[in-house]
Amino acid sequence: MSFHKEHELHTRRKGRNIGLGLTLVALICIVFGLTVVKVTRGDFEPPRGQVEGN
Amino acid sequence: MSDATINSTVNQPEAGFGDYVALLKPRVMSLVVFTAAVGLLAAPGAVHPFIAFCAILFIAIGAGASGALNMWWDADIDAVMKRTARRPVPAGKVTADEALGVGVALSGLAVTMLWLATNWVAAAILAFTIFFYAVVYTMWLKRWTPQNIVIGGAAGAFPPMIGWAVATGGVSVESVLMFALIFMWTPPHFWALALFMNSDYENAGVPMLTVTHGRRTTRTHIFVYTLLLAVLALGAGVTAIGGPIYMAVAVVLNAMFVLGAWRIWRRDEDSAALDKYLVEKKFFRLSLLYLFAHFGAILAEAALRPWGMGGW
Repeated sequence: MSFHKEHELHTRRKGRNIGLGLTLVALICIVFGLTVVKVTRGDFEPPRGQVEGN
Repeated sequence: MSDATINSTVNQPEAGFGDYVALLKPRVMSLVVFTAAVGLLAAPGAVHPFIAFCAILFIAIGAGASGALNMWWDADIDAVMKRTARRPVPAGKVTADEALGVGVALSGLAVTMLWLATNWVAAAILAFTIFFYAVVYTMWLKRWTPQNIVIGGAAGAFPPMIGWAVATGGVSVESVLMFALIFMWTPPHFWALALFMNSDYENAGVPMLTVTHGRRTTRTHIFVYTLLLAVLALGAGVTAIGGPIYMAVAVVLNAMFVLGAWRIWRRDEDSAALDKYLVEKKFFRLSLLYLFAHFGAILAEAALRPWGMGGW
């Protein structure tokens, strides 16, 4: 297997692709962070009465 | 995409990541971030810092998305106006369809994420804001009536209400007052700009007040709206968002703003042309300080409240 020579398009769009990649990583971090905050605050726990009723 | 099509675009301007960011109108975004943050921090009740950060981010993304939709729809007039000719779509770096895609995708992301992170009221106001700016203002009012920026200004006035709704889950007199402050500020701000950028709007066929009713009428409108704004801004000072700091800032800045508007009203076109619209340009710059200082004062009152010093 041989390595291809990098297409000119990839060089030209390097900045755009890195920017998009970093944006997606930031989005993942934000969703993860929000999940951690909401779980630790108990936002997803059922109301107390409902748990006792079970 | 084949190699042929890829290579055929080599000599055309290539959009960088920054061009897609420019679609979101970062300068407008900074005003949105600031006023939304003030609305959030001035509201009663605490919001987790990370959730507050995310909420402001999603509000900013929503505002940016409506900016991209505006650039998609207005590409034809942006190309004619000097002030907007270098935007990514008229400059040929980003296609109008790409701007539409970015706008729609980010609108959906921002509203959904704000709902999941905070509450449906904040998300609903954000969705309405995007709709109002992209559809009511951009597609309908802007090319139809000289009252375009009066009514359309509502879109820029919603962010503090969204910030307030993030913290409280609702709407109140205080949040409506913050909305009204930006709403009333927008016409004199844009009409002052239109006075010294008049040919731009005329060339683009945008029915700004300067084009449809003349500069004399515009000068009168600036003065009347500034008086109404001053009454509103000082009135807001005696509510829960006001206090001594806010009142001091409001008295000084409204006096300066009314004086500036009065000078604009008194001038005729000959003297304005003679000094290259110096008074109008100064008024426009003051209008930026005006809004930032008023919201800064609301923030200062809220920040001092835990120590028993903010507010009345």
